[in-house]
Amino acid sequence: MEESDESIATLIAAHRQGPGALLPVLHAIQDEIGYIPADSVKEIAKALNLSSAEVHGVITFYHYFRSEPSASPRVEICCAESCQSMGSEKLLAHAKSVCDVHPVYCLGLCAASPAAMIDGKPYARLTPDKFDRILEKIAS
Amino acid sequence: MSAVIYVPVDSAALALGADEVASAIVEEAAKRNIPVKLVRNGSRGMFWLEPMVEVQTTEGRMAYGPVSAGDVQGLFDTGFEHGGRHDLCLGLTEELYYLEKQERLTFARVGITDPLSLDDYLGHEGYSGLKNAIAFPSQRIVEEVTESGLRGRGGAAFPTGIKWNTVLNARADQKYVVCNADEGDSGTFADRMLMEGDPYALIEGMTIAALAVGATQGYIYVRSEYPHAIATLNRAIPIARNAGYLGHDILGSGKQFDLEVRKAAGAYVCGEETAMLESLEGRRGIVRAKPPLPALSGLFGKPTAINNVISLATVPVILARGAQFYRDYGMGRSRGTLPFQLAGNIRQGGLIEKAFGVTLREILYDFGGGSASGRPIKAVQVGGPLGSYLPESQWDIAMDYEEYSAIWAVLGHGGIVVHDDMADLARLARYAMDFCAIESCGKCTPCRIGSVRGVEVMDKIIADQERAKQVALLHDLCETMLNGSMCAMGGMTPYPVLSALKHFPRDFGMDDAGDRHA
Repeated sequence: MEESDESIATLIAAHRQGPGALLPVLHAIQDEIGYIPADSVKEIAKALNLSSAEVHGVITFYHYFRSEPSASPRVEICCAESCQSMGSEKLLAHAKSVCDVHPVYCLGLCAASPAAMIDGKPYARLTPDKFDRILEKIAS
Repeated sequence: MSAVIYVPVDSAALALGADEVASAIVEEAAKRNIPVKLVRNGSRGMFWLEPMVEVQTTEGRMAYGPVSAGDVQGLFDTGFEHGGRHDLCLGLTEELYYLEKQERLTFARVGITDPLSLDDYLGHEGYSGLKNAIAFPSQRIVEEVTESGLRGRGGAAFPTGIKWNTVLNARADQKYVVCNADEGDSGTFADRMLMEGDPYALIEGMTIAALAVGATQGYIYVRSEYPHAIATLNRAIPIARNAGYLGHDILGSGKQFDLEVRKAAGAYVCGEETAMLESLEGRRGIVRAKPPLPALSGLFGKPTAINNVISLATVPVILARGAQFYRDYGMGRSRGTLPFQLAGNIRQGGLIEKAFGVTLREILYDFGGGSASGRPIKAVQVGGPLGSYLPESQWDIAMDYEEYSAIWAVLGHGGIVVHDDMADLARLARYAMDFCAIESCGKCTPCRIGSVRGVEVMDKIIADQERAKQVALLHDLCETMLNGSMCAMGGMTPYPVLSALKHFPRDFGMDDAGDRHA
């Protein structure tokens, strides 16, 4: 925990400059640690001269920020219209039966629906079979 | 002479295995002692063919696709590195119907060049717009853009030149240019392709915008779902700066402009310009009341020119070739071209840049080749999740802002999502309400509460609980959202809902006249 505190302080210091620094600070922390620990809110607020409520409000407003570590691998499946038209509901149901899934709304891969992002890597034209093979490959 | 082979680095190509194909090509070429120059280009936008590999031949670039890593050995066996015949050979890229029939002005370079090569950019008319603009007084740049007829490609279609004129005439010690790259509309990917495939076009467009309005700092607000676009921009900006195209002394003119990429955080509503400003300032993406216009009091309270990626990336060609050249494309008050994005249940999905006036039917069949499933196409949603569903009777209407508005539809950002006859429009209408409930910023009641009630009403309609009454209620609710919402989130959610109900009443359990089924 000590180490993590230190790295959060370093990250805040590196990104607090410049106008509107809160999102860049939060991104830096999540990119580095994988989430934004609840006990870092006070420190962020102090450094940016904000209230803890403001920082908490921002973290919870945006779907992308999380206060808990994510499951590994992080599976995000697109649930928007284009992917729906190509069977994303079936893919989602299948994925949910094998792992933790986060719905997202559009990855910009719509001409090759259905699409997903797994640990930050894009995949398109997915089927339940193809999805399983990708997870197996990641696990091995 | 090395063989020149192109493998796209566009994230949709990557999602279909382009990196694996590129490694296989390098490996196989080394094994065979064939000298190869591998270029990672943007995508040509024909996604059913991705990963599409091209090789340079004396007649032009020859295309092969869709290529998988397992095909690479066979490709080398046929001498594809010099244009050899192979089952995957598609012919010369430029002669492919899908590309040949397009009018690519904004996307002229995408898929052709190495996105990060400044030499490639300069060799394909890059920065000739800025070179002209830098010699002009600000007012002249604004006039040129106004004359071109360019309207906001983010969806609202507001004339870009008029917006810029307001910012130019505002007095302030600091002005900003902000690029809205929060391309959240499902079914759209033009901004992503442009940023990944031709980042300097956006950088040049923003620099011209800055000269036009007198801004010295710019921000590109890119959605977090686009990590590759963010990475490409973050690599391109320092290259442009080191070459004197950004910074304190642009092209030796003494003029100053610099750029920063800001990563969004997954809130759809931040595509609304005032919510985006809040987000850039470090707050929750809550919509602001207008007035004041962002052009007068925008980012940090300063005059701000906010434009979509495609609007800004179109500015260089307007300045390079002149307003007249651009406005000669299109029809009516919709001048120039729109990069349509064809997606969903379609055989040949991709990016189609056409002058306004093309019909949906041409896009669906001449380009798209019909549905992917082979079943009849039933409904097409144009303009993103807040756009209307169009039945076949409307597919011959010219795609033009005013023509669409006359049938209560929108072109928006040019997204086209196709559904075959298995689609249930009542479920899609419910989804539209649900999406609004998930993404509403919560500031105004019609959107925040209306969307939640909308889902409940749709559930009752689907379950046939007092259906006729609920349909009447849905109309009421939609009217309140249309007229009472602060922004397009709540204000346009009724478009998909009511268009689905109007054109596909049977899916709602009503007969064609809109009455309840017996």
